[in-house]
Amino acid sequence: MAVLCAAALTAQPAAEKQEDTCIACHSELEDELGRPAKMFQDDLHRKLGFSCVDCHGGDAGSLDMEVSMSPSKGFLGKVSRRGIPELCARCHSNAELIHPFNPRQRVDQLALYRTSVHGKKLAQGDEQVATCIDCHGVHDIRPSSDTLSPVHPLRIPQTCAKCHADAEHMKAYSVPTTQFAEYETSVHWNALSARGDLSAPSCATCHGNHGAAPPGVNDVAQICGTCHVVFENAFKESPHEQAFEDMGLRGCVTCHDNHAVQAADLGMLGVAEGAVCADCHSEGEDAYTVAAGMRTRLDELSTALRDAREVLDRAEEAGMEISEGRLQWSDANEQLIRASVQVHTFRAEPVEETAAAGLKVAQDARQAGFDALDEKEFRRKGLGLSLITIAFVIAGLILAIRGLDQETAKSDST
Amino acid sequence: MADMQRILPWLEDRLGLDAIRSFIAHKRVPVHSATIWYYFGGITLFLFMIQVLTGVLLLLYYRPTPSEAFESIQFIMTKVEFGWLVRSIHSWSANLMVLTALIHMFSAFFLRAYRRPREVTWLSGMLLLFLTLGFGFSGYLLPWNTVAFFATKVGTDMAGTVPLIGPFLLKFLRGGEEVTGATLTRFFGFHVAVLPGVTTILLFVHLAMVQKWGMSAPTAEEEKHQMPFYPHFVLRELVAWYGALGILGGLAALFPWELGTKADAFAPAPAGIRPEWFFLAVFYNLKLIPSRIWIFEGEVLGILAITAGVVIWMLVPFWDRAPDGEKPRLWVTGVGVLVVTYMAVFTALGYWT
Amino acid sequence: MTELDGAGGRRGLMKALLGTGFVASITSFLYPAVRFMMPPDEGESAVNEVRAAGVDDIRADSGLLFKFGNRPGILVRTAGGELRAFSAVCTHLNCTVQYADDSHRIWCACHNGIFDLNGRVVSGPPPDPLEEYAVNIRGEDVMVSRKG
Repeated sequence: MAVLCAAALTAQPAAEKQEDTCIACHSELEDELGRPAKMFQDDLHRKLGFSCVDCHGGDAGSLDMEVSMSPSKGFLGKVSRRGIPELCARCHSNAELIHPFNPRQRVDQLALYRTSVHGKKLAQGDEQVATCIDCHGVHDIRPSSDTLSPVHPLRIPQTCAKCHADAEHMKAYSVPTTQFAEYETSVHWNALSARGDLSAPSCATCHGNHGAAPPGVNDVAQICGTCHVVFENAFKESPHEQAFEDMGLRGCVTCHDNHAVQAADLGMLGVAEGAVCADCHSEGEDAYTVAAGMRTRLDELSTALRDAREVLDRAEEAGMEISEGRLQWSDANEQLIRASVQVHTFRAEPVEETAAAGLKVAQDARQAGFDALDEKEFRRKGLGLSLITIAFVIAGLILAIRGLDQETAKSDST
Repeated sequence: MADMQRILPWLEDRLGLDAIRSFIAHKRVPVHSATIWYYFGGITLFLFMIQVLTGVLLLLYYRPTPSEAFESIQFIMTKVEFGWLVRSIHSWSANLMVLTALIHMFSAFFLRAYRRPREVTWLSGMLLLFLTLGFGFSGYLLPWNTVAFFATKVGTDMAGTVPLIGPFLLKFLRGGEEVTGATLTRFFGFHVAVLPGVTTILLFVHLAMVQKWGMSAPTAEEEKHQMPFYPHFVLRELVAWYGALGILGGLAALFPWELGTKADAFAPAPAGIRPEWFFLAVFYNLKLIPSRIWIFEGEVLGILAITAGVVIWMLVPFWDRAPDGEKPRLWVTGVGVLVVTYMAVFTALGYWT
Repeated sequence: MTELDGAGGRRGLMKALLGTGFVASITSFLYPAVRFMMPPDEGESAVNEVRAAGVDDIRADSGLLFKFGNRPGILVRTAGGELRAFSAVCTHLNCTVQYADDSHRIWCACHNGIFDLNGRVVSGPPPDPLEEYAVNIRGEDVMVSRKG
């Protein structure tokens, strides 16, 4: 072994600075022993001046394996999975140590981890659960803002799915493994991946990252409400809040699902086929009538918007300038959105009031489109008229020219 | 009534209209198979007058700053009575004017109207053509929409590649290093003051020369049969002008000119940015040239070659020295056909690729 | 004699056509031009300045929405009495923001985006600050205009 290391060293160029002997030897090795050294080139800790010994112990100055990897020098070898959180926390829970590197970095990750499902199970001896290295990587750790980091917002779902979508891995537990597949169909994933909106929720947003745990039944609405505030406020004041709590139903999720959240559309509202209200409410109930009524109002508004848009599009295609009509249309559309929010009060009056206001504006927008089309007709008629007068003049001119030519011909021949 | 009859002779006397009257009465226009081409100069002049008129009307509402230019044109199109008509006529007439000017130039070329003693007429006409293109280029930016902004950027970029004077020319045109509000201000100045001023002077020269030397005919043979300018030719010219008016009105009412979206300097250029059709041939040609030819930058060589071509074309009175009235030389016609074909083909290619 | 009459008859028609035609066509050109020159009711084109509210319409620690050209704007009077104005279009997904008097900040109801009273993003999804407008008091009116 010592011979190998010596050989490795003599192969280095003479001008090389004093190097970490761990890296020097291990980067010449193959497979499992060599890979970490190579990966470490990309690691944030290395860039900040840390080395292998800061986690694994040992002596980085000695080429002699007996010394560099001696337990008396603190060498730990491959750290056991159970010991990993404490190992990382040696630094990452030490505020004074972390402060010089990043004053705003949190130092409560270990404490949070201990409250998580992963942390609790690990403490009981289950080594299959996630530890720090399963999400952050181990030898090529990057900051979470780096797009290649497994904990970058765009990559968190896949990182969680590494275990949580693996049926084999999750055999021993009672949690389903369909979440990732469901999440991939959701508007949240679409916002994140297709629109690049990094504020859109991934697994960690709702479940927490270090303190990962599924939200309690009565807590779900509050978690959705951290972004969807107005809906949560409406829901809290609505008759559903108490009713759901009494029945042990989760707020928001009961109608909208948790992982496969789809873009909400009018089809969800009401009592028709596919609408969610009828899942609980049957005909004859007050709630049934309210639901049906809300749907009717919003359908009305939606249809008015569609009609208005059709006329405006026609006017625009005819070359008319309809920017003001478009603005009115957006205003009316905003009312539709507002009314859709108010559906979550599960009371008829607010929805009706807003929908009625929106309907008026939508009709105004439609009228703007018709006015533009009328103007187009007016212009065509005006054009026709002026073309007629021009034709008159040209006819007169041609007659005059003919007359002149004939006169000239006559006088030429005489 | 009696006063009326005294005013007219008084005016004629004070203004010396007698000389003009008799000149016009004696002016004659050759009549032959190619007489129809004689109308295109007048149509171009007519369209220019339309541009001045509609331009002045637009000036009553237009505002030449980035924060207001687009909105002022939107205002004209939507709120001002018949604003849509004035603006669309202005835009359509601009394009038609470039077309008729080109037709007028080519007809003058093919009918050999540049021959001695009409060289100055030809030269001043070529300069007027450049001014027309300058009007088109400067006016295009004024609505400050996305297409105009980026077309101007591309166009002035090309001006910057001219050797030696390129960087200076770019800064002069743009009013800075980039296309900004400063560019808009100065293009507006060019469009409504500088170019009209120079054009008026050159037009005067051009028209004076036409009157001085009379209308040319391709050969002495065709010179024989003639018609009086007034009233025969004038009436026909009026038919053409009224026809042009009808076409303009139709275009404005049936195909109103687009407003587009307001320019945003920070947005990326939309795909497929092109200059207006009359620059398309040159633009496409430059795109085809490889980026390096031997030690020279392809684009620079391209611009120099095109400039050289234009200069040579402009100097035709000095390399086709056949005397006026002699039968046109075939090779000169060939050069003309080549140029027309090149322009037509490359413009079409620029459109479809 | 008949020749002359025929010529005279056609000449008369021609004169009539030309005469009425000219007049009619000139009218059809002049009419739009004259109407064009008369200014429309709206007066000015671009909105660079609007009257957002009366000076007394807005009390301290409150905000109100107003129309700035095509888009909504928000006028805010801070607790200290200072007037500020911003574009009310949220930079996340274009919802209209509002003043939140409990937190003394500008808030977007759509996804809980929060801006401070300088238009800067405090929390939530919005990526960019709100565009700030210039505020001037003219007599009893609060005039809001574009900056720069």
